Amino acid sequence: MTSNGPPGHAGPPGLPAAGDVRLEVSGLGVRARRGGAEVVSDVSFQVRAGEVLGLVGESGSGKTTVALALLGHARRGLRISAGEVRLDGSDLLRLGPADLRRARGARVAYVPQDPSAALNPALKIGTQLAEAFRVHPGVVGDPAERITQIMQEASLDPSPEMLRRYPHQLSGGQQQRVTLAMAFACRPSLIVLDEPTTGLDVSTQRHVLNTVRSMCSSYGVAAVYVSHDLAVVGGLVSDVAVMYAGRVIELGSTQRLFAEPMHPYTRGLLAAVPSPERAELLTGIEGQQPRPGSRGPGCAFAPRCGFAMDPCLQHEPEPVFIEGRTVRCLRAQELSGTPAPRAGVPAGSGPPPAGAALSVRGVSASYGPVPVLSGVDLDVPAQSCLAVVGESGSGKTTLARCIVGLHKDWTGEITFAGQPLAGSARQRPQETLKRVQYIFQNPYTSLNPRKTIAQIVAQPLEQFARLSHRERTARVDAVLADVSLGSGYAGRYPDQLSGGERQRVAIARALVVEPDLLVCDEVTSALDVSVQAVIVELLRRLQHERQLAMIFITHNLALVRNIAQSTIVLSQGTVVEAGPVEQILENPTNPYTVRLIQDVPRLAAAGTGQIRSAVRLDPAGPGGPPAPATRPASPWSAP
Amino acid sequence: MAAVVPGNAAAPAVPAVRTRRREWLAALATAARTPRGAIGLTLAGLIIAVAVIGPYLAPHGIAEIVGPDLAKPSAHFPLGTDYLGRDVLSRVLAGGWVLLLMAASATAIGVSLGATAGISAAYLRGVADGAIMRTVDVILAFPQLVFALLLLSILGPRLWLITLAVGITHAPQVGRVIRAATLDVSEQDYVKAVELQGMRPAKVMAKEILPNLVTPLMVEIGLRLTYSIIIIAGLAFLGFGQNPPAASWGELINDNRAYLAVNPWAVIAPAVLIALLTIGVNTYSDAIARVAIGVDRRPEEAALLDDLGPREAA
Repeated sequence: MTSNGPPGHAGPPGLPAAGDVRLEVSGLGVRARRGGAEVVSDVSFQVRAGEVLGLVGESGSGKTTVALALLGHARRGLRISAGEVRLDGSDLLRLGPADLRRARGARVAYVPQDPSAALNPALKIGTQLAEAFRVHPGVVGDPAERITQIMQEASLDPSPEMLRRYPHQLSGGQQQRVTLAMAFACRPSLIVLDEPTTGLDVSTQRHVLNTVRSMCSSYGVAAVYVSHDLAVVGGLVSDVAVMYAGRVIELGSTQRLFAEPMHPYTRGLLAAVPSPERAELLTGIEGQQPRPGSRGPGCAFAPRCGFAMDPCLQHEPEPVFIEGRTVRCLRAQELSGTPAPRAGVPAGSGPPPAGAALSVRGVSASYGPVPVLSGVDLDVPAQSCLAVVGESGSGKTTLARCIVGLHKDWTGEITFAGQPLAGSARQRPQETLKRVQYIFQNPYTSLNPRKTIAQIVAQPLEQFARLSHRERTARVDAVLADVSLGSGYAGRYPDQLSGGERQRVAIARALVVEPDLLVCDEVTSALDVSVQAVIVELLRRLQHERQLAMIFITHNLALVRNIAQSTIVLSQGTVVEAGPVEQILENPTNPYTVRLIQDVPRLAAAGTGQIRSAVRLDPAGPGGPPAPATRPASPWSAP
Repeated sequence: MAAVVPGNAAAPAVPAVRTRRREWLAALATAARTPRGAIGLTLAGLIIAVAVIGPYLAPHGIAEIVGPDLAKPSAHFPLGTDYLGRDVLSRVLAGGWVLLLMAASATAIGVSLGATAGISAAYLRGVADGAIMRTVDVILAFPQLVFALLLLSILGPRLWLITLAVGITHAPQVGRVIRAATLDVSEQDYVKAVELQGMRPAKVMAKEILPNLVTPLMVEIGLRLTYSIIIIAGLAFLGFGQNPPAASWGELINDNRAYLAVNPWAVIAPAVLIALLTIGVNTYSDAIARVAIGVDRRPEEAALLDDLGPREAA
């Protein structure tokens, strides 16, 4: 156990710190400078040497604010208002600006989310690695030797040639390893990792995580790993702190917390994580977090909580310590026995209808001279969903864009409802444009910020159908209700909506003209896990209700089972495997597919024992997850 | 169950608000609240007030000879008289509105032309882009004042022609800025989304792209207004302006510069007014630009956006 004090007390906890507790945070609070709205309050946890604490929460939960506070930093307009961050016994928050600057990089290091933005594009890797030693002279003996050593530890080639490269000459995974090496360079006591694998492929992500894990344990540093993805955290960290609305609402060992989540929010988060092993009904969490300053009395989660009772709305729950974890929930004690049910997806409704809604034959596409797709064949049966799976760069988005007519530069044949499709949307008849609808990956860029939701959803109706104003309003209201957005949303603007709500609007815009084929391009990749679950369920329901043919593009194999009947796997622009979902997931024949499936981060890989044993630097290692602790393993996942 | 199955979920109760938001008004108001913007707006507002209500306050007519030539400032003639014995104060008060009107019209012409060219070039790409931008390059090769002088010396100095000439010389610069801004906007998914609906390019540009260019347009308007004032006043100084005895500020400077040593106020007053006006307009448009790019966002708002803004990058 890393955390043994209840995180309720400001000031040092009463328990004597064990010898190897390196980081001890107590009563940390961050407020807005003006107005004093609480952004983060009363956050307490401990991390021992060599261990990693996962700080998990949805966007807006304050996890990044906490992470930065660990470095004694608050973003513009915020200030650290309370608490202590004791590192090896001394409080970082008491240091003056000069001392704090000396501590950063040497005693506390930070690994940012986006390595391509964090590395200076104009400086060579070697120069950037050496910077830390210039700023903190005397921390290590021989800088050159240390660079070689740290590169090896970060699984980078320490050759001079590598050091002479610029960041753009490295892959995303290599860039992130460089930032890891920079963070570990001065042998700090604490490392704060802010979602360092978010932008990476599952395979790369896994290798980077392995590197983090091994480096933390071999240096005995305390690490705090910020993430929104429970599954990623599961395989890496020994303890998890779940944050909601600026507070830690559940804190305990990863194993216990994942096996028996106690706080309703933690349960909800776990239920939202898809699994490649079973087709489950994904249950997300409806609603959104209260913003700082608008958090009322009582439990912040109560408005979204299925277990909430009257007292929950009046009293803010104090942290209680039960069953090896700290929980902020009034009903934690009585709920502790209730199992979290997981429902299976209602199995195959009816036989797959014959006839293809869309078929693609021998499609090759390129961006200028660079070929992206070569000879892709696929069929989307009517009223059924085809999943297109692949890593980034596999050409899956290009494929979607060829189908809807956004990418002109392709050859081959795409037939929709028996008719060959023209190359670009401009050349296609209105009827075809209406019947094939596309949902963009990023709901933050796909809605015009200057238009109201009603205007956005009505737009295709104006274009495709001659309707009176009243009919149009009725259609818009009906489709908004269908995606669970009330009519109150009609007059709002996109920036007043959360990511999940925006994606619902995008879905409504596609469905309002009653298309026959819906092309969904990674529609959940910009969303939180709990929201992803809600959106996937929504799509699944609508596809069934409206009997749509659908192409669901994703890099997350775990989602495929929830939504699709058949799937194709794309790698470097070619289809490496195609077939029914069960067949691909359970008996993959192509090595690429096998690797993709193995690399899916899953909750079952949680557990402390695992972390020490699984120090694997070999990127080619098979590295299958150990037997799942919480769920029966499918036959194919056993080694 | 903690989680709610989405299908059964009642849509959260949201008050049916329909806020008709005017982004540009909000930006103008926010800019006016920054120190920089407040100073700029006050300055510009004062001078504009002088120009607009000045003609009604003028104690004497502009052509009225009311006193001795080149009288020093006195209680009767606060700024003295000019070489013909006309009241300088009255002439200054009456001479502003023509300049302002011409500058505003020239700005309107320049920004509309430039924005149309810039948006079309960026959105249509290809041949249209090449043709428009090369034309822009050609016009840009002439200095603005020289180009205006060229037009005027061919066609003769008329007020509408001066306005048009100044407007046209603004268009290329506006076009370049707006083209760059449009390139960003037209790559956004929401533009692709309406293209997939088969919307006509003209409609895409007017309905989807233009509303998203409000901020760069506002900044351009402020900047071009400043330049228009300077160029029109400059042309007037060179003799291209209203016919005597009417005179705008630029012409007043020209008329009276020979007598600078005797009654400097006839030159100083219009010169100071032009300077304050351009400084005011420029400072305020600078404040708008800073608000638009987020330098002068209210800090607590900035922090909350950073903290709460979901990861916008894909």
